Amino acid sequence: MSRTRTRTPVVPGWFAGEGDDFRLLGTRCSACASVFFPREDAFCRNPGCPGGELAEVPLSRKGRVWSYTDSRYRPPSPYVSDPELEWQSYALIAVELEFERIVVLGQAVPGVTVADLTVGMEMEVVPGVLNEDAETTWTTWHWRPTGVGA
Amino acid sequence: MTGEVAVLGAGMHPWGKWGRGFVEYGTVAARAALADAGVDWRDVGSIVGADTVRGGYPGYVAGATFAKALGWQGARVASVYAACASGAQAVNTARAQILSGLADVVLVVGADAAPKGFFRPAGGDRPDDPDWLRFRVLGATNPTYFGLYARRRMAVHGDTLEDFAQVKVKNAAQGALNPNARYRKRVTAEEVAASTVVADPLRLLDICATSDGAAALVLSSMEFARRHEVADPVRIRAVSTVTPRFPTTVLDLPDIATDSAVAVEPAAETFRASIARAAYEEAGIGPEDLSLAEVYDLSTALELQWYEDLGLCGEGEAAKLLREGATAPGGRIPVNVSGGLASFGEAVPAQAIAQVCELTWQLRGTAGERQITGARVGITANQGLFGHGSSVIAVR
Repeated sequence: MSRTRTRTPVVPGWFAGEGDDFRLLGTRCSACASVFFPREDAFCRNPGCPGGELAEVPLSRKGRVWSYTDSRYRPPSPYVSDPELEWQSYALIAVELEFERIVVLGQAVPGVTVADLTVGMEMEVVPGVLNEDAETTWTTWHWRPTGVGA
Repeated sequence: MTGEVAVLGAGMHPWGKWGRGFVEYGTVAARAALADAGVDWRDVGSIVGADTVRGGYPGYVAGATFAKALGWQGARVASVYAACASGAQAVNTARAQILSGLADVVLVVGADAAPKGFFRPAGGDRPDDPDWLRFRVLGATNPTYFGLYARRRMAVHGDTLEDFAQVKVKNAAQGALNPNARYRKRVTAEEVAASTVVADPLRLLDICATSDGAAALVLSSMEFARRHEVADPVRIRAVSTVTPRFPTTVLDLPDIATDSAVAVEPAAETFRASIARAAYEEAGIGPEDLSLAEVYDLSTALELQWYEDLGLCGEGEAAKLLREGATAPGGRIPVNVSGGLASFGEAVPAQAIAQVCELTWQLRGTAGERQITGARVGITANQGLFGHGSSVIAVR
């Protein structure tokens, strides 16, 4: 039995696009050019800024590993996982985007483990699936080493 | 110079998993601190509670909750919350009241009853709460952040898993000597290495547990201490409760990203280093003046980070300092002689107060088998999530 689930971002407005066009979405202040991810839409957090308009801006696709770890035990709710299935650990990667000078945490693409990673390695952001329920495929971003094919 | 307040009394309820409520633990610690001070609860002019988010409404109004349990006597009340830094906020609130003349004697209490397993966010769907988001979107538990910091240190400074294990070995040896600690067994490096990996590269014995526990202090004006015939009390000389400066460059709990530094150049000093600097400046001392330090070893690797952030050594030199034995009892600057979180496990609102209890006993010379000979100056340090600095300097 299969039926079509709706693909819905786990958080609205944090990322968009498919394939090579996939991007994390932040906001940029029109007054001071500070970039925010997760996006700030109501106020600029630079204490020296008089306050500008915050406009959506896609973040760089690629960056370098700042650090990484993994989750060997099942995280508690609100993380969603099937308690009937054996827990499969996944890697978490903090990636530094050179242009934005920001470090963004994300899950690694399935199959990439801590053994595959080193600090400084180049990574790219790709679309991923966080979890699925009866009606919805909840989508997210994943980090993938640039040396690995789709 | 801000002025000093006296520590008249210190008390704890032992850490563990006792299966009772935080009010009971807090009341035991409060009574112990009052007895230690020789002060009648009815003579206390103000009570400050460090809140817990795990005890329902009574936890959010901890000051009043403890006041009621001890018996309403009309004292001024305050309740504060700053995550792991709640205890320092409570101490600072008490100090501000004493130095401004609002109160002569203040009771400070923090207590928690911790659930089993990982800390988790409060219930309900709250997509505007970073603490909810990091669990929902990433499954990023507290230990995964500790894992990130540990791996970063290994890559940048060359720290090894053996270095991390030696922190646990050192702290467990001290915990074995502390009747208030939850874990009172010495641990070997082999046992650390054989424990299960929780968040690569950290193992179960690298990461602190979550515990029940309570700690309390009786603080007073120097004038009250003299009237109370305490000629030479331990004095709190500085309390740092600073916040970060934009843009932050270290990924901190519970955030999914750092600030961007594209428009504003970051400060040369990290947030954690600024916490200690503010305390040193207020106390008019430097790291070279310290007899001991109690730091927040949420993980073994994080204890090493604090060595550098407190200026006990240069950046990247923490593992060397540890290997030389400088931070063990008998070394140049013993760290976590109480046994630290490694031996206590974290009872969030009590922990920063417990750090000051240990300084008090060490500076009085009454720390028993853990006593650091001739201790005169001690510092505590921790960091509460959502940007809370916490550092206390006590002298005698």
